[in-house]
Amino acid sequence: MGKRSKVIERDAVVIRFSGDSGDGMQLTGTLFSNTSALFGHDISTFPDYPAEIRAPQGTVGGVSGFQVHIGHKLINTPGDFTDVLVAMNPAAVKANAMWLKAGSTIIYDSDNFTEKQIQRAGYKADPFTEDKLDSMNLIGAPITSMVKEALKDMEIDPKTVLRTKNMFALGMVYWLFDSKLKYTEDFIGEKFGKKPLVAEANSKVLRAGYYYAETIEALTPSYHISPAPIVKGTYRNINGNQATAWGFLAAAEKADLKLFIGSYPITPATGILEELALRKDLGVRSLQAEDEIAGICTAIGASFTGRLAVTSTSGPGLALKSEALNLAVMTELPLVVVDVQRGGPSTGLPTKTEQSDLWQALYGRNGESPVPVIAAGTPSDCFTYAFQAAKIAVEYMTPVILLTDSYLANGSEPWKIPSMKDMPAIKVPYAVKTDKEYQAYERDPEKLARSWAIPGTPGLEHRIGGLEKTIKGSVSYTPENHEYMVRMRDEKVERIVNEVPDLEVTGNKKGDMLVIGWGSTYGHIYTAVTELREEGYKISAAHFNYIRPLPKNTAKVFSGFGKLVVCELNTGQFANYLRMKHQRFTYHQYNRLQGLPFTVGEIKDYCKKLLEGK
Amino acid sequence: MAETNNNHYVAKDFKSDQEVRWCPGCGDHGILASLQKTLAELDIPKEKYVFVSGIGCSSRLPYYMNTYGFHGIHGRAAAIATGIKIANPDLLVWEMTGDGDALAIGGNHFIHAIRRNIDIKIILFNNEIYGLTKGQYSPTSKKGLVTKTSPYGTIEEAFKIGELTIGAHGRFFARTVDYNLQLSNEVYKEAARFHGTAVVEVLQNCVIFNDGAFDAFTNKETRDDNTIVLHHGQPMIFGKNRDKGIILVNLKLKVVRLGEGGITEKDLLVHDAHEPNPGIHYRLAGMTYPEYPVALGVIRAISDQTYDAAMLEQHTKVQGKSKIKSVDDLLMSGSTWKVK
Ligand SMILES: Cc1ncc(C[n+]2csc(CCOP(=O)(O)OP(=O)(O)O)c2C)c(N)n1
Ligand code: SF4
Ligand SMILES: [Mg+2]
Repeated sequence: MGKRSKVIERDAVVIRFSGDSGDGMQLTGTLFSNTSALFGHDISTFPDYPAEIRAPQGTVGGVSGFQVHIGHKLINTPGDFTDVLVAMNPAAVKANAMWLKAGSTIIYDSDNFTEKQIQRAGYKADPFTEDKLDSMNLIGAPITSMVKEALKDMEIDPKTVLRTKNMFALGMVYWLFDSKLKYTEDFIGEKFGKKPLVAEANSKVLRAGYYYAETIEALTPSYHISPAPIVKGTYRNINGNQATAWGFLAAAEKADLKLFIGSYPITPATGILEELALRKDLGVRSLQAEDEIAGICTAIGASFTGRLAVTSTSGPGLALKSEALNLAVMTELPLVVVDVQRGGPSTGLPTKTEQSDLWQALYGRNGESPVPVIAAGTPSDCFTYAFQAAKIAVEYMTPVILLTDSYLANGSEPWKIPSMKDMPAIKVPYAVKTDKEYQAYERDPEKLARSWAIPGTPGLEHRIGGLEKTIKGSVSYTPENHEYMVRMRDEKVERIVNEVPDLEVTGNKKGDMLVIGWGSTYGHIYTAVTELREEGYKISAAHFNYIRPLPKNTAKVFSGFGKLVVCELNTGQFANYLRMKHQRFTYHQYNRLQGLPFTVGEIKDYCKKLLEGK
Repeated sequence: MAETNNNHYVAKDFKSDQEVRWCPGCGDHGILASLQKTLAELDIPKEKYVFVSGIGCSSRLPYYMNTYGFHGIHGRAAAIATGIKIANPDLLVWEMTGDGDALAIGGNHFIHAIRRNIDIKIILFNNEIYGLTKGQYSPTSKKGLVTKTSPYGTIEEAFKIGELTIGAHGRFFARTVDYNLQLSNEVYKEAARFHGTAVVEVLQNCVIFNDGAFDAFTNKETRDDNTIVLHHGQPMIFGKNRDKGIILVNLKLKVVRLGEGGITEKDLLVHDAHEPNPGIHYRLAGMTYPEYPVALGVIRAISDQTYDAAMLEQHTKVQGKSKIKSVDDLLMSGSTWKVK
């Protein structure tokens, strides 16, 4: 290893890999994150990619990015602004210019900064002067030609040669961060095991990039970040979709039920179906249905037979599922519907994040349709809340909606692996045959859950469906019975509050301002409020994961603060829900609708202004 | 197929305590009766059955069967039935559906269930009308039919259920008539014994909104001349006097009279329900009155792997190979690291 002239010790650094959607930036970012995590850094990642698989090459619309925040402190967001940008072409510079910190390092493939490419990206002549980036630490490396040179003696086709460019850039970044190449080399070996030539080419280029950075060392400082003070245990990296899928598997095992998933592919939810389709070894029955309606209807069928059933989708798919979701409300069968939210309405921003399906989840159905709504806060949190959603669904015999979003689904973070023996038990309210005839809607007096009679059991034959029923399970149109059943279904969902943990407060229980959030904005709000507290503000944060029902102590927490601010990535859906549920408070709102997560900075600015009465 | 357990069931054992609410004279009563008789005769424990339906007059049937039952939402019976069968292939899943339910709003689920060859029995009550919503035309209504939503006659082409089934890669298609309990009983039994998606079209008279739609096939005077009951391995003979038959000329079916032009029984087509090539079955299923007699009985029944069997096979294979036996195994698989 070469000597390093300048080494900068840092608490945290944000790196963004950016290039054409065909440049392999997602993989590069993932490999870098995993390597950092293995070293012991805390990390948070944010992939950001275009809706089109192959948008026109070299245009800003086709830029695919992967941001990683690594740190020696605990990291809660992928970071607002980048310290290091890897730009494979001029469009990548254009797309990221406004997200760079002063004094950032930009590593770019100078071979791609031709007149044509520069114009394609929307620049006239020099990207760096036009975007006022001259003062940045610019490292132009002729990546394309060096890759060609490195592989000139190998018998591989030119296309494969060019595909290894990302490994060159990755090698350079590894040098910059004093990282080990081993994890990536192992990965290459595994991925291209059947194509040894391709594997060799990738490894060769990775090392070439690393040595190149070493050679031009005089030009650049390199970073050192010590490992983060992380709780002891075994860790892995996990993204939101994988965590969601695994949370369901954990719940199924705890409940001693087999899992069923019926879903239709849709970005950004597809990963959940893909993950569970793999798990035939754990007895998962998965079906790629013909549409979203079939996805939920097959799940309802599976639930009727006594499986833990889930269906996963995004906003447009939830809209299609709403009629069938009510069938599950009426038949009172356990079911979890996951909505991995994306920018809407309609096809909207399919690859971008937004929290705008909250009202759809709460209210988007005909009739009086109470459905519990739960939202996960971080990628690894999805495991916990998928588990909880399934537990509530089974124990209360009800469909449950779990809200995550694109930011959580694709973002990843290190996760301390739990042991199944520490997970809570799930009690299944099976019906048992007695002398009395089985009554489909007889309820447990405490939870108000009906019991689950499994087809195949002699003596429990019964018929249920979407028509209103009596307690006995017969179709009934009588006015009193309908009102009674509507109120029972509602009361049952309200009683779930007994399972909901109290709302926690980050900071003091009393103060000038409480910043309220729900779902995936947790990391940004937490970081903003923690920083404001360090600056001396009397501010706290409260984050909701249980939306319906709300935690019991909600009003009590709210009453400790002068001002309440609800931050969310929509026009104020949660704020308005709170206005309805807890009317005596005044709620300020901070809302963004750009398809992007919040930045910590903007939350801080808004709160400061409001506190200072500006 | 589930074991028989000598319950010595009679039809009454399959009657539920719910009051049957179809209109007096509705063909649905006959379908219910023959299904109850069929199930009694099959003598399989009744808790193994799940009757699933969508919405429509026909879809009320599960309430009247003393088995497990699920009354779904409009059009989705096939999807619900698919979920039930995949979740527990030991169950015997029967879908009750109407021409609107299965072919209009539920057309997508119908063709995909058939394509997958999931082992469910689809009994499609074809009254060529929307009964429950009081008389609008359906995807099987004959062109020109005057209904409340087609006051000047429909201008739409009707689906032929057999053609659609075979077009969707259907392995089993049969047709029967509501009032004909004996034929229905035979057909339901064959469907029950078949492994895979079995579609049975039942010509069902809606006395209120489309009365007499199938008169030509039910009227004692004309029915034998206007229908042909197909039996596997038997020559295609029909007619009140059993003097008519079917032959194939230039790839087209043709009705002939025995004795005319020297035609004998030997010249007639012999029904082969097990022939995988769908050509003849497609033509037989598509025969319409008055040019042809309408074909009844089992038109197509070819054996093929079912979705459920393939699924179980794949599960066993993966489970045999995988090192992951529990969720703990899964969580610890792949790259992990220890923080000490
Ligand atoms: C989503 C939805 N759309 C429309 C309806 C109204 N609807 C109920 S049954 C039916 C048609 C029934 O016709 P068919 O399936 O042929 O059954 P039949 O009553 O003739 O047996 C319609 C349109 C409904 N229940 N749900
Ligand atoms: S409306 Fe027609 S199909 Fe419905 S019950 Fe009456 S007769 Fe039968
Ligand atoms: Mg009908």
